[in-house]
Amino acid sequence: MNSVILYAIIALGSLSMSFAIIIYFVSNKFKVIEDPRIDEIQELLPGANCGGCGFAGCRNLAEAIVKATNLDNLYCPAGGKAVAEAIAAKVGLKVELKEPMIAVVRCNGSIQNAPAKAKYEGTDSCYFINLLFTGESGCSYGCLGAGDCVKACKFDAIYIDNNTNLPIVIEDKCVACGACVNACPRNIIELRKKGPKNRRIFVSCVNKEKGGIAKKNCNVACIGCSKCQKVCKFDAITIENNLAYINFEKCTLCRKCVAECPTNAILEINFPLKKEKVEKEDINVV
Amino acid sequence: MKTFKIGGIHPAENKLSATSPIEVLPLPKTVYIPFSQVLGAPSVPVVEKGAKVKVGQLLAKGEAFISANVHSSVSGTISKIDDIIDVSGYKRKAFVIEVEGDEWLPDIDKSPNIKNDINLTPEEIINKIKEMGIVGLGGATFPTHIKLMVPKDKQAEVLIINGVECEPFLTSDHRLMLEKGEEIMIGTSILMKAIGVNKAIIGIENNKPDAIKYLQELSKDYPNITVQALKVKYPQGGEKQLIQALTGRYVPSGKLPIEVGTIVNNVGTVYAVYEAIQKNKPLFERIVTVTGKHLNKTANFKVRIGTPINLLIEAVGGLPKDTLKIISGGPMMGKALASLETPVIKGMSGIVILTEKEKISSRQYNCIRCGKCIQACPMGLQPYLLSLYSIKDDFEQLEQNNIMDCIECGSCGYTCPAHIYLVDNIRAGKNKVGQIIRSRVK
Repeated sequence: MNSVILYAIIALGSLSMSFAIIIYFVSNKFKVIEDPRIDEIQELLPGANCGGCGFAGCRNLAEAIVKATNLDNLYCPAGGKAVAEAIAAKVGLKVELKEPMIAVVRCNGSIQNAPAKAKYEGTDSCYFINLLFTGESGCSYGCLGAGDCVKACKFDAIYIDNNTNLPIVIEDKCVACGACVNACPRNIIELRKKGPKNRRIFVSCVNKEKGGIAKKNCNVACIGCSKCQKVCKFDAITIENNLAYINFEKCTLCRKCVAECPTNAILEINFPLKKEKVEKEDINVV
Repeated sequence: MKTFKIGGIHPAENKLSATSPIEVLPLPKTVYIPFSQVLGAPSVPVVEKGAKVKVGQLLAKGEAFISANVHSSVSGTISKIDDIIDVSGYKRKAFVIEVEGDEWLPDIDKSPNIKNDINLTPEEIINKIKEMGIVGLGGATFPTHIKLMVPKDKQAEVLIINGVECEPFLTSDHRLMLEKGEEIMIGTSILMKAIGVNKAIIGIENNKPDAIKYLQELSKDYPNITVQALKVKYPQGGEKQLIQALTGRYVPSGKLPIEVGTIVNNVGTVYAVYEAIQKNKPLFERIVTVTGKHLNKTANFKVRIGTPINLLIEAVGGLPKDTLKIISGGPMMGKALASLETPVIKGMSGIVILTEKEKISSRQYNCIRCGKCIQACPMGLQPYLLSLYSIKDDFEQLEQNNIMDCIECGSCGYTCPAHIYLVDNIRAGKNKVGQIIRSRVK
């Protein structure tokens, strides 16, 4: 009985010994030398694999950063400033800090502003509705409200408001990765500068139709009247195809265009309420 | 009785307007004729705003390979060229013509006499069909002249004429066969000459016994044309299903019917070909069924292209109070319309009006893997799987599972006990995969 156990131990022991030796030599022969910094950088990255940096995932970005000689195009929008600085310190390169961006929904065609003229019944996919028809409001540029952007967001930073049927971006959660921008079949969502104190001004419309037609479907459509362009002192507003666009690099947030817009298509976000101005004439009288 | 073998369903036929003879709808005051009415590139306009046009005059020329000429359906003045919402649901450029009288081009033969002799050569026939803007009137509106151009390395053996009309409700082809049987026979002979075959089969479903009997009677004078009755099964009017039912041949995946030596045309198209060749008449009017269970009456109208559909609906006594959907085409493959101003285009075979009473639950439940959709699919696909992959945007799997073979017939969605929008999801996926495949070719 004892001898059986002994033979078994000897046989299995020698087998495992010889395999161990083979494995040792094989692993030495085919050793992959990987930069340990890849793992370290990957640790620093958020790990959501959102694709906002242009790579397939966080690991791919980390690999690229280790190989790179400068960090110009290797920026993790989800991590932002803190992550960029930590990575720069790790690889010993300088990083140019980018302005924080945020996804902006350029459509204000809510149920109230653009009432439905037809009812859609079918699968919940903006992409599919966009194949079918103009959308319930009749505006062939406006938001369809089926939430392709919500499905694309990996940070739960966007949701469809039940009252307006429009997507709303949660400012604290949005990392400007651009997933929703790509998911929107009508190119309504744009990445814009977050702005000082999160204050932003933008044209909340992408309708390129002539003014009258656009206004027929939506109360707050941009009609391309170019009043905002005339009032802007900084050449920040361009009008193309009956649609105004505010260049966020040039805009100084003076808010003159907001007051001028006849259809309230220009939105101001996070500004304090305006104080009532005292008319000059009144002062003179006193 | 013959039918196709894979899948298929049998929805309630509801051919309410089968006994209503074709009526000519009075001329509208204004017509809206879209530039693009066919699958493919929009046509290029050859007349300008303010021009006076006559019935049958060329308005826009199809210059791209897949496109067709557009002719005026009325006489009058082009008041403007405007964006209007057409059947596609989108704004498209269209001629807006104010109707003045009814003055036809002088070379169109308006007499009801039947002309039997075919004097043109095959090339002349195809050129004339192209010139007259004939497209497939079954619904897909593929330009007919392209269908008839047989590639040099292929040989057409048999011409198939599609008189199946498998969509529920629609009866425009049925009425056409009953009232214009002689013309359809001559039209078939013209097409046979054009593609150089000496055999043609007209396939008709068995729920139209009067049409089968009438055409069989007529076919005694045309020894090369046989009329074949088919078992009632949807989607028998699909090109590939019809070929399978009539000849037993299977068109390979991604290939055209000419691969198995067949060319398929709709009876409506055949009638249009007859009129184009023998009467010199461009395609500017068609038969449209207006039907619905709760309408005052149902009818088959002969309508000029560009007539807004609200005139057709008025002619049958207006919309019922609880109208739910107005569908262009049949209820299985047709498209719900968003506007009553939508004009009739070449591909519109019917208008079906459904009310709240015909509504079924629109709530979706979870897939229970019952496999009914797989049994129903006439292309042998797995609709539940394609739908899932489509939601997940897994394009690789979609392509491997042959999503491009889907004919969007709606059989899977019809049978689904969970009311899943299978066809919607598959169509979205098919569109995306199609884009990927096209970008690969470039």
